[in-house]
Amino acid sequence: MLDALSAKNILETIRMIQDEYLDIRTITMGISLLDCIDPDIDMACVKVYDKITSKAEKLVATGEKIEKEYGIPIIHKRISVTPIAMLAAACKGQNPVKFAKALQRAADTCGVNFIGGYSALVHKGFSAGDLELIHSIPEALAETQNICSSVNVGSTRTGINMDAVALMGKIVKQSAELTASDNCIGPAKLVVFCNAPEDNPFMAGAFHGVGEADCVLNVGVSGPGVVRAAVAKHPEASINEIADIIKKTAFKVTRMGQLVGSKASEMLGIPFGIVDLSLAPTPAVGDSVAHILEEIGLETCGTHGTTAALALLNDAVKKGGVMASSNVGGLSGAFIPVSEDAGMIDAALDGTLKIEKLEAMTAVCSVGLDMIVVPGETTAETISAIIADEAAIGMVNNKTTAARLIPAIGKKEGEILEFGGLLGSGPVMPLNTKSPAKFINRGGRIPAPMHSIKN
Amino acid sequence: MKAVVTVIGKDNVGILHKVSGICAEYKANVIEVTQSVLQDMFAMIMMVDISGLTVDFDVLADKMNDLGKELGLSIHTMHEDIFNSMHKI
Repeated sequence: MLDALSAKNILETIRMIQDEYLDIRTITMGISLLDCIDPDIDMACVKVYDKITSKAEKLVATGEKIEKEYGIPIIHKRISVTPIAMLAAACKGQNPVKFAKALQRAADTCGVNFIGGYSALVHKGFSAGDLELIHSIPEALAETQNICSSVNVGSTRTGINMDAVALMGKIVKQSAELTASDNCIGPAKLVVFCNAPEDNPFMAGAFHGVGEADCVLNVGVSGPGVVRAAVAKHPEASINEIADIIKKTAFKVTRMGQLVGSKASEMLGIPFGIVDLSLAPTPAVGDSVAHILEEIGLETCGTHGTTAALALLNDAVKKGGVMASSNVGGLSGAFIPVSEDAGMIDAALDGTLKIEKLEAMTAVCSVGLDMIVVPGETTAETISAIIADEAAIGMVNNKTTAARLIPAIGKKEGEILEFGGLLGSGPVMPLNTKSPAKFINRGGRIPAPMHSIKN
Repeated sequence: MKAVVTVIGKDNVGILHKVSGICAEYKANVIEVTQSVLQDMFAMIMMVDISGLTVDFDVLADKMNDLGKELGLSIHTMHEDIFNSMHKI
């Protein structure tokens, strides 16, 4: 037996977990709340609470049992739900924040780390409930701790809803102002998407899409430290050898996610959804995507060559991961959140990593401008314009992009905003201060792009 | 059902005895052991059959973990599936 499974393999796995921060970032239970819709918001909230707490009653205990059995840490246990705007649609004239509070109570009862889905999908227009929900986001995020919100403002097939983009600039800013005394934590729980995936297990953008089954289990793996260590062992390798090394490592990491996901879904008696094979960094030293890029050969992340190295990394992670899992989905690729990545924080402090380079990187990474701290005095129009730029990259390139920007109220360029925990800390990054207000305030929609004559 | 117990750390008298003692206590049958000592670093991998385990797997894992802390060693007890899935196609 030990021959087939060599001692080398066993020790490799142990080393990955013990020294290279290999973990399952999250098991996320997706729960449909469509059967909780009720015109009486209080009744709807009761149904929401009851459904979540009955479906996810054993989620945390199951996760902990699997952690013990396989010796692999599962950092978070989370829940994603149907976009709440769909429930709010039936409750005309009532404050959707009640739903956020019901979700928070459900999160407390189940003991999960986050519930995502205080969301609206408005990529083509606003329907009933959408505007009410979006306007309530700052209050909902200030009044709750573990609830995450997202808004999809564009897609490749529909174009970009610029009215929604203009509104989201104001919402992000208001959310920061309302939580100014708490390190502006509000917008750290708010993502503005283009081409949002419906089965993403990662926060803050997780929600349970309407095309999904009633209840499914999705898994998000991690492992930047493992990839960096694997690349570090081959200082002389050519770029195609590096791509192969990353593929092999991503394969192993994803197989672990597949195992944990299928085991958890079996124990919980619900279908297994997808493995999201993302490289999700944490602020811990040794768990950084920026450090992988530096290991590949950049002096500091953000210098010329960063986009190419990231494109290589993102693609190799996907290629290695898809064979390892029966169903890959979510965001799958390399995340580049600034405040959550020790290497990115250093590169931003150093001035090498700037917002313009980050924007270019989002054209080839798995998501977008993530956890970027901007000056507190940034106007809502500038925030909207950054969101629009990001959405345009996603729309044209047929990929998911997102913006999670945190205006640091009362802070200026070079100062630091501390969130703590997995959210880390980020230096306030300088932005271009010329006004995009006229563009943003025109309103309307950017039409969907051409799908042929591509140059 | 099998589990893999790995012990890594500074060599000491009686490590194998203590680890296999816990296995015996909970009826985990030791199938195979491989160990090496390199420059007084001790590495042991033990394959145990846990089909007849008299306690929950977590109890065995916790007990091994406690022993590791007591001896200043790193002891991991993991279901074999994780290694099979990561290293075999």
